[in-house]
Amino acid sequence: MEISPKEVEYLAQLCRLELTPEELKLFAPQIKEILSYVEILKSAPTHNTPPTTHVLSLANVYREDQIRPSLDTEKALANAPAREGPFFKVPKVIDAS
Amino acid sequence: MSRQTADSAVVIGLEVHLQLNTATKIFCGCPTRFGAPPNSQVCPVCLGFPGVLPVLNRQVLRYGIRVALGLNCSIQPKIVFHRKNYFYPDLPKAFQISQYDLPLGSSGFVDLENKKVRINRVHMEEDAGKLIHKEGEPASLVDYNRCGIPLLEIVSEPDLCSPEEAYAYLKTLKGILQYLEVSDCDMEKGSLRCDANVSLRPQPDVLGAKVEIKNLNSFKAVARSLSYEIRRQGEILEEGGRVVQETRLWDDVKGVTQGMRSKEFAHDYRYFPEPDLVPFSVSTEEVEAVRAALPELPAQRARRFMAAYGLPPADARQLTAEKATADYFEQCVKALPAPVENKRGKVFANWIVSDISREINERGLENIQALGFPPSSLIELIGLVESGAISGKMAKEVFIESLASKKSPAAVVAAKGMSQVTDRQAIREAALAVIQEQPKAAEDFRNGKAQALMFMVGQLMKKTKGAASPAISQEILKELLGGENS
Repeated sequence: MEISPKEVEYLAQLCRLELTPEELKLFAPQIKEILSYVEILKSAPTHNTPPTTHVLSLANVYREDQIRPSLDTEKALANAPAREGPFFKVPKVIDAS
Repeated sequence: MSRQTADSAVVIGLEVHLQLNTATKIFCGCPTRFGAPPNSQVCPVCLGFPGVLPVLNRQVLRYGIRVALGLNCSIQPKIVFHRKNYFYPDLPKAFQISQYDLPLGSSGFVDLENKKVRINRVHMEEDAGKLIHKEGEPASLVDYNRCGIPLLEIVSEPDLCSPEEAYAYLKTLKGILQYLEVSDCDMEKGSLRCDANVSLRPQPDVLGAKVEIKNLNSFKAVARSLSYEIRRQGEILEEGGRVVQETRLWDDVKGVTQGMRSKEFAHDYRYFPEPDLVPFSVSTEEVEAVRAALPELPAQRARRFMAAYGLPPADARQLTAEKATADYFEQCVKALPAPVENKRGKVFANWIVSDISREINERGLENIQALGFPPSSLIELIGLVESGAISGKMAKEVFIESLASKKSPAAVVAAKGMSQVTDRQAIREAALAVIQEQPKAAEDFRNGKAQALMFMVGQLMKKTKGAASPAISQEILKELLGGENS
């Protein structure tokens, strides 16, 4: 499977990473190499095996619908890079065109 | 190219998000109270701090099964949650815990009056936080109280063909959800939300590009935005253009949809199984226990009303569409001495589906309770008519006056000195006058035309401003005319 710098650029955009053109070229073959391992795994015969979503044998772990104390607002906001009153403050992301 | 906006060319599917009224959030013990101070109902789990573990609220699963069964879905025996990855500040983890290929419920349906609308799926997920955009500043404020509130997403198949059908589906769906008592279904509070998907077929057997409409704050907005979008897409196709597949925002004030800059909403969610939540198995016993505890739903209740009170199907349907209305009717008839005859049941049903419903609609009220005319008032009002104290026509006036003055119907009648004229002498005088004024009708009646009598009763009522007892008026007119019909 070939991975082009353009695909790396798309992936970087989804991950919110800023990569230079040099980095795009650098990472493309590396990602290709990683994915080639998956190609090997894909050759294993699995059509009679149900897909495994979890490796633990645990199932059905619930909690009952009972209120537990929340964080104090000040504590919740303590690590926020920016705030305004009781709100987190973030750069504007979207608006209608 | 021929016009493409004919009903058969329109394909609509709706996605409804329903907030469940659990005490706590879906994966943590934070309360879900509406209107709490910003960021006061948050914790490390719903804020997505590193190293925390979500744990499923059992009540969410029970409610989910209840809704899925209420919508005639089959229940997935093995439930797995997935991470839906997208980058937006209302989602502190940068992914939403949702369900992907193994939704809780699938293959259900909702019956409309003339149509069965298939339900594709019902799945559980967590709500996102609330963003407040700052005017004139490139910043937004975030309140995460809503983040992690349990949601059910209910996705219809694209079986709807017009904005009116979409509206009817939403009304019916909301009715069912109210009966299930798992949510307050309040659109204003955002506990019921809807996104619409609409496309036009460029040719009868070809699907067109799908446009998703967001920012719909009422069922009316859903219908209006669909009408707008059908017209917009129809015009593009007519000019030989191509509709772009995109998400558009509805502007309720301008009455238009507008495209969103699509880059931020790359629909590439990279779903993968949520490793922090183990799978869940739902046993047949569990499903059957929830099924056994299902309440009577609107369609069943309508059938019962038809059987018990002889109501016509349309009235029974209207009466049961909203739980509050059906409860109101039932409170009325239960207060009457048993057995309630069909005729009396119908009198109450008629009042509710006509006069009372009209006032609720005209005032834009949430439901019948908001009208301030309790079942006891309707019983009193109908009692006044049945005892002959006032006429049916006067009752309508008393009803309006009672709403305006917040007095009981009997108090209105007493205060206004209203009472039906049952004085035979007074009616006889009015009747003689009518016969004199309407010689043709009198003649017709004498010649065997029975309808002429009803016309004359009407004239008599007019003369007495609706105060004359219709029964006595009829009797006296017949007596005076003494024709073949008497």
